[in-house]
Amino acid sequence: MELAFVIEKFALVIVIFSVSLGVAAYSTLAERKIAAYLQGRVGPARAGWGGMFQPLADGAKMFFKEEIIPTQSNHFLFIAGPSLALLTALIGSAVIPWGQPLTFGDTVIQLQVADINVGVLYIFGVVSLGVYGVMIGGWASNNKFSLMGAIRAASQNISYEIAMGLSIIALLMVTGSLSLKTIAEQQSGFVNWNVWVQPLGFLIFIICAFAECNRTPFDLPESENELVGGYHTEYSGFKLGAFLFAEYINMFVSGAVMSTLYFGGYNFPFMNNLLEMGVHPNLVTILGILFLLGKIFFFIFFFMWVRWTVPRFRYDQLMNLGWKILIPLSIANIVITGIWIVVKEIYFK
Amino acid sequence: MESLSNRKKVIEQKPMTLAERMYLPAIAKGLAITFKHMFKKKETIFYPEQERPISENWRGLHSLKRDENGKERCTACGLCALACPAEAITMIAAERKKGEEHLYREEKYAAVYEVNMLRCIFCGLCEEACPKEAIYLDGPFVGADYLRKDFIYGKDKLVEEPLKS
Repeated sequence: MELAFVIEKFALVIVIFSVSLGVAAYSTLAERKIAAYLQGRVGPARAGWGGMFQPLADGAKMFFKEEIIPTQSNHFLFIAGPSLALLTALIGSAVIPWGQPLTFGDTVIQLQVADINVGVLYIFGVVSLGVYGVMIGGWASNNKFSLMGAIRAASQNISYEIAMGLSIIALLMVTGSLSLKTIAEQQSGFVNWNVWVQPLGFLIFIICAFAECNRTPFDLPESENELVGGYHTEYSGFKLGAFLFAEYINMFVSGAVMSTLYFGGYNFPFMNNLLEMGVHPNLVTILGILFLLGKIFFFIFFFMWVRWTVPRFRYDQLMNLGWKILIPLSIANIVITGIWIVVKEIYFK
Repeated sequence: MESLSNRKKVIEQKPMTLAERMYLPAIAKGLAITFKHMFKKKETIFYPEQERPISENWRGLHSLKRDENGKERCTACGLCALACPAEAITMIAAERKKGEEHLYREEKYAAVYEVNMLRCIFCGLCEEACPKEAIYLDGPFVGADYLRKDFIYGKDKLVEEPLKS
C-alpha cells in the first residue's frame, strides 16, 4: 500500500462521487424536462439557459427549508434512514469498471475503485442494503402511511431481488466470472454483448431494476395518491432531499450495472479497429468512458420515459408479477441457458 | 328478448390473448406514443413575455373613458354601483367648479371612484348600466398583489390617459 496508490484511488473515488452526485442532480431536471416534453410542455425554463440552474435552485430550496423531526418519532433512526439510503446508493458504484486502464508512461491507472472478484455479489449486497434506509426511515416516522410505504418497499424489494438474482445466475453461467471487470472485458466489440445471449435475462433484470429503484410502474412505496408521500411522508428539508437524491443515484448505478452486465460496459463497436489503426489507447479509453456514460444516460432516460408512460401496478399485480411470472421465467432461463451451453460445447466447438 | 331493430350487438368479454397477457407489447405501444409526443409542438405560453390572444368581447380591467375633448364622461350618477351584483363599485360625487370645464364634461363628476377588484366578477353589467358610456371593461388582466387594500383601484388606475395635444 504505497501512498501513490492511495492517492490514485482517493482521486478516483472523489471523481466518481462527484459525477454520480452531479448526474443525480441533473436527473431531477431531466425528469421534469422529459415529463414536460412527453406531455407537450417545455418544463422548467426560467433558471438559466433552458432551466440549466434549476437543480441548484431546487437544492438551495431544500437546504433552506425547515427540518421537522416529529416528536413521536425515533430521532436517531429518523436521521439514520435517509443517511443510509444515500450511503448505500453511493457505494454501489465502487465496483463498476469505468474504462480500460489509462497508461501514462509506466504508471497504469485502473478506472475502477475496487476490482473485487465477487463484484456482482457486492452489487447485490448493496442493493439489498438499500431498502434498509427506506424501511428504517418509514418505521421511525411513527406514521401509518410511512409504515405502509416502508412495508411495501421491503416486501417489493425482497420479491424482486429473487428474480433479479436468478436472472443474474443465468448470466454468470455464460460469463463464468463474478468480477465486473472480467465481464466487461469479455464483451469487447458489439456482437459479444451479453444482451444478445441473454435477452430474456436482461428483460427480467431491467423489470427488477425498476422495482428495486422504486420507479413507476413499481413506485408503490411512495404512491402519492394512496399514501400521501409513502415512506418519506414525515420528511422535510434536506432529509427528504437525501431520499429523493438516493433514488436518482440508484438509477444512475443501476444504469451502470445494466450497461456493464449486458451492454458491454465501456466497449463500443469497432473499438479494436481503432486500436489497430494506431489511435492512442488513452483516447480510446476516454471514448469508452463516454460510451459507457451514454449507455447509462440512455437507461436513465428509459427509466423516465417508462415512468411517464405506464400507470402504477396494483399491489397484488405487483406480487403476482414478481412471484408467479418473473421467478418461474428466470428459472426457465437458467435451464435454457444450461442446455444451450451444453449444446454449444458438443456441437459448435 | 328478440331484437326488433337488428341493431343490438352482443358484446362478450373474450379471454385475453397471450400477447395481451404479456403486457409488454402494450407497453411498447405506449412508449412509442409518448415518444412521438416529444417532438410535437409545445403548448406552453411564457406568460409575462407572451400573452394568450384574447377574444373581442373579452372583459378585463375597467377604464373610465374621456370624451373627444379629453373630458371625463362620468357624472357619478351611481347607476353602475347600483347595477353591480358584487357590490364592487363605490364613488363620491362632487360639483364641478368654475375653471374645471376642461376636465369634466358635466356639472357633476366623481371625485372618488373605486372598484374593488377582489369583489368584481367582471360581468360587465356596469358598462351596460352606464348612460354616459363612461365605463368599459376593455383593459388587460388585473395583476396580482400582496395586500387586499392594493386591490381597490382608484381613479389613478382607472381613468384613461388624457388626450395628447
